[in-house]
Amino acid sequence: MIKYLPSHEYARVEGNIAYVGISPYAAQQLGNVVYVDMPEVGDDVEAGEDFGAIESVKAASDLYAPVSGAVVEINEHLIDNPKLVNEDPLAHWIIKVEMTNPSELDSLLDEAAYAALCK
Amino acid sequence: MDQMKETCLHGRHVAQGALMSPFGGFDMPIQYAGIVEEHNAVRQHVGVFDVSHMGEVLVTGNEAEKFINHIFTNDLTGAPDYKIYYGMMLHPNGGVVDDLLVYKRNGKEFFMVPNAANIDKDVAWIMEVAKDFDVHVQHMSHLYGELAVQGPEAEKTMLNVLGIDCSDLEFYTFKDVKVDGEDVIVSRTGYTGEDGFEIYASHTLTQKFWDKLMAAGVQPCGLGCRDTLRFEAGLPLYGDELTDEITPVEAGFGMFVKFEKPEFIGREVNAKQKAEGPARKLVGLEVQGQAIPRHGYEVLNEADEVIGEITTGYHSITLDKNLAFALVKAEYSKLGTELKVRVRRKVFPAVVVKKRFYTPNYKK
Repeated sequence: MIKYLPSHEYARVEGNIAYVGISPYAAQQLGNVVYVDMPEVGDDVEAGEDFGAIESVKAASDLYAPVSGAVVEINEHLIDNPKLVNEDPLAHWIIKVEMTNPSELDSLLDEAAYAALCK
Repeated sequence: MDQMKETCLHGRHVAQGALMSPFGGFDMPIQYAGIVEEHNAVRQHVGVFDVSHMGEVLVTGNEAEKFINHIFTNDLTGAPDYKIYYGMMLHPNGGVVDDLLVYKRNGKEFFMVPNAANIDKDVAWIMEVAKDFDVHVQHMSHLYGELAVQGPEAEKTMLNVLGIDCSDLEFYTFKDVKVDGEDVIVSRTGYTGEDGFEIYASHTLTQKFWDKLMAAGVQPCGLGCRDTLRFEAGLPLYGDELTDEITPVEAGFGMFVKFEKPEFIGREVNAKQKAEGPARKLVGLEVQGQAIPRHGYEVLNEADEVIGEITTGYHSITLDKNLAFALVKAEYSKLGTELKVRVRRKVFPAVVVKKRFYTPNYKK
């Protein structure tokens, strides 16, 4: 299952784990990604709050957490190679969150609703 | 809110799939292929920008030179015809109304090119100051399209694609040429740190030039890379490095303020700052780490006190470093001074460096 925030972050859910990244639409709008400012493993993130930022050449954009929980892994490939986000944003998630309240997923956009938003 | 203005090339930008965004009251192309690709095209080959949003004001009359020398910081006393000067119009308090180019056609005719974002303020100011002079001011922005053809291959492109021979044009000079029976102004100027030309022509002719450049495969460039290019070359952008509240002496552009002139608007405050040393100065910073310093971010000293702020910052495409301009308290402006920049929750070390990060390749 994959769900989205209107601010273009996704949560791809496997069991109790959410892989959080940005949508292909957002990656395309941002253009060349040059840096991803990530939290540290063990940090808590809260649904709707910013947990980091993504920098393109032209601007910095805050990243918002779709769900609450603890960061169990960050995508270390993005440290040296942030442009992976442009190449395949769904494969190159940013953080992996162990969810504390999976019912938060219900209030996120499903694929059809998110696609409609990007039109 | 006023309705967004469009240049004569707006339809082409949209049809060619440019990412559009508001700038200076206009709906302008920010990028085509991507900022990095366009930036590199200009540094290595050639690119073309639609800069038709820029303003054009013609000043004519018996006291035109006297008027220009009164309202403008650079010195055009006895200047050669067809020479171009960069400088500022200042408020009486020394802050910058706008920075602009002034083209001298002859002692009684000057062509001013101010920024789009300031055009209403500029024209009002020029009209106000002009009341006391025997001059005629014509606001002509709506009549002109403007293209900037920039890069090491610009001269060749002007000749081969547009049929305009620029080999005789020196840096910061211009000429009047006829194309299809119409008057066109061509200057060896730009805002990229590369050799290049700016072309002022009618809307129809601007569209024709654009179409020819596209057909020849010249890279269309948006304002995104215009900003990364000018930044690397140490050139200021009004609104970032220059504002109503920042003087050119503070911003480190005092070389365009000619104190030899006995009189011009804003002279007193700037002369005093120059003599006493300004309280704050614009510096270049090289910032460690991957996070990019952006406009408005805080600059700290070693004791973590806020001593200034970033005016522009980028990950430099040409130099592959995080660089910034920052306006800091003067005591922290010496080259090599170690400072810090706050980027969101983290603080990164930075060092003061020369603000011309990239040495321009002008053809002198």
